[in-house]
Amino acid sequence: MLNDKVVFKESTIQLSHGAGGKASRKLIEGLVAPYLKVNELNDAAYVQAENAKIAFTSDSFVVSPLKFPGGSIGELAINGTVNDLAMGGAKPLAIVSTLIIEAGLETAILEEEIKAMGEAANKANVSIVGGDTKVVEHQKADQLFITTAGIGLVDPRVNLCAKRVKQGDKVILSGPIGDHGITILLARGELDLEADIKSDTRSVWPFVKKLIDVAAPGLKWMRDPTRGGMATALNELARDAKVSIVLEEEAIKVRPEVRGACEILGLDPLHIANEGQFIAVVSEEYAEEALKAIQEVPGGELATIIGEVQESDRHIVLSRSSYGGTRAIDMLVGDPLPRIC
Amino acid sequence: MRYIDEFRNPELIRKTLDEIERIVDANDHFRIIEACGGHTYSIFHFGLQKLLPKNIEFIHGPGCPVCVLPPGRVDEVLTIAAKNSDVVFTAFGDVMRVPGKFGSPLNYKATGTDVRMIYSPLDALNIAIKNPDKKVILFAIGFETTAPSTAITVLNAKELNIDNFFVYSNHVKIVPVLQSILDQPNMKIDGFIGPGHASVIIGAKPYEIIAKKYKKPIVISGFEPLDILQSILMLIKQLKRGEAKVENQYKRVVLEKGNVSALEIMNQVFEDRPAFEWRGLGAIQNSGLKLRPEFEKWDAEVYFNVEKIIVEENKDAQCGEVLKGIIKPNQCKLFGKVCTPDNPIGALMVSSEGACATYYNHMFSSVAF
Repeated sequence: MLNDKVVFKESTIQLSHGAGGKASRKLIEGLVAPYLKVNELNDAAYVQAENAKIAFTSDSFVVSPLKFPGGSIGELAINGTVNDLAMGGAKPLAIVSTLIIEAGLETAILEEEIKAMGEAANKANVSIVGGDTKVVEHQKADQLFITTAGIGLVDPRVNLCAKRVKQGDKVILSGPIGDHGITILLARGELDLEADIKSDTRSVWPFVKKLIDVAAPGLKWMRDPTRGGMATALNELARDAKVSIVLEEEAIKVRPEVRGACEILGLDPLHIANEGQFIAVVSEEYAEEALKAIQEVPGGELATIIGEVQESDRHIVLSRSSYGGTRAIDMLVGDPLPRIC
Repeated sequence: MRYIDEFRNPELIRKTLDEIERIVDANDHFRIIEACGGHTYSIFHFGLQKLLPKNIEFIHGPGCPVCVLPPGRVDEVLTIAAKNSDVVFTAFGDVMRVPGKFGSPLNYKATGTDVRMIYSPLDALNIAIKNPDKKVILFAIGFETTAPSTAITVLNAKELNIDNFFVYSNHVKIVPVLQSILDQPNMKIDGFIGPGHASVIIGAKPYEIIAKKYKKPIVISGFEPLDILQSILMLIKQLKRGEAKVENQYKRVVLEKGNVSALEIMNQVFEDRPAFEWRGLGAIQNSGLKLRPEFEKWDAEVYFNVEKIIVEENKDAQCGEVLKGIIKPNQCKLFGKVCTPDNPIGALMVSSEGACATYYNHMFSSVAF
């Protein structure tokens, strides 16, 4: 599914190469994948261990500031890892984590983040079973970086694969988008903007579990649209599944505060990061039941069907407005906001 | 959301479209230029072209200040910041990916130059105040829209007696460039969608010359779909009646006389340059703004004795023809092949408001062409 013709030509690595959009994809396809023989990009990889199918993922967290309304780096690290596993259809089992600490960090700050990790792990019903600690010289890191690895047990009922995505399949979104990215942007205090919003960081496993229980045979693809936002995740699906995806703009929920900030700053909510939402592609016959299942889990009330898959020679994402205009939605280009997770 | 949702009301949009369809005849052909990059963006973002009759053609004008910046302008100050560790380069986000001779501000930043993104010129002044050992350059850019906020920042610097803050002015004026486009040979423009934001400052009056001398109608327009469609309707009505007037559709923010106090501050700090170079259009008389001599203490051009860096443009790049409306962005030889938003050769590909980037981002959509 990777484009093996991509050659990475840049002489230096830029922030945009870590932004989760087009440039990141180029770096992975053009430089990482050829050497490491990776041939598929998913939130979690599958490993067959005897009779068990294991989902395996790693993630790193460099968010600035460490604390923001609705969460902090510690909580994000656990939820982010859990969500990557959930996107592989796997029940999260265990996490190991590494702390990279800048010398001089106040112990109280570190303690709070470790506490936050513990609480998030409890809530998500996953164990933190090990890890590593490194301290680097002052100014060689920014306060605290966390990397994690997680494993989960893949539910035998699921078969997730972009290639199964076909004409008529429905695209379900679990809730309003853009909360996390805009919260971080405002939390940095660089803008004279204030809004009453908080990060959406949470484990999405409870929703996914219900979804699998109800609609496993029709469930074909899932992704949590973190950096790069929904636009990037769906463009990757369009490319991988060789289809086009048509969204109904009205169905995509965006809180007024997020929409307002995006309007002022010229950002598209579809490009803004989320940490507690996911997109699922479900066959038409299971779509209504799948939607109901997500809506019944507390926190999933605002889930909607936002669009559908269409056969097309052009593997793109289109958005249709209420008055009939359509526009193509590209992947994130550049980096509207570095270090959001 | 107030002031947004009303102007995206499907029913009103449908009604306006019906009205346009009703008055446009099959053998009409209207070439309308939208001078402002924000309008170009909206036309594509909201898919308006597809909704309008085919005989209304848009020409995407020069209204993105990032796009009309001659290559070399960013290098002129970035090279100074790169050589001197006490010099900080600050600019709006749009400028960060503008390709200079030796790379964009982001490329410079990646190799250690102190490049910082700001959201307001006052942010740059604050950086200077907090870092008295640094020399902070504000790479100031924009039409009359942003010039007053640069001007007030200079006035603040003067009042607070800050001597480590400098402005590198790339500010430009909208009316001279519209005239320059109309002066081009073979120009076939029927009417203008007039800039919304610049007009908030300058008002409607300065456009009289377009209507009187060049006999072209101009309608100052807002940026929401209904704004643009109403403006098109107003333009077509004028064209059908053979009129050429300045009209103001964007009355909720644009006053006839503009923002008088902003204009005063702008005129207090800035004066016209005899001529300023525009990418693709060449030098245009009285189209650029520089700091007046009494503010030269804060003028980066004077303080750093900035040397001009001339960059040969890629011979195949047809930015100029696109800007003049002679070809559409996708007719350029480089479009979408070598010149893309993630590898912009010409500046029209850099900013999301640039005509080429807008075309590229929407090229797959049937709305685009």
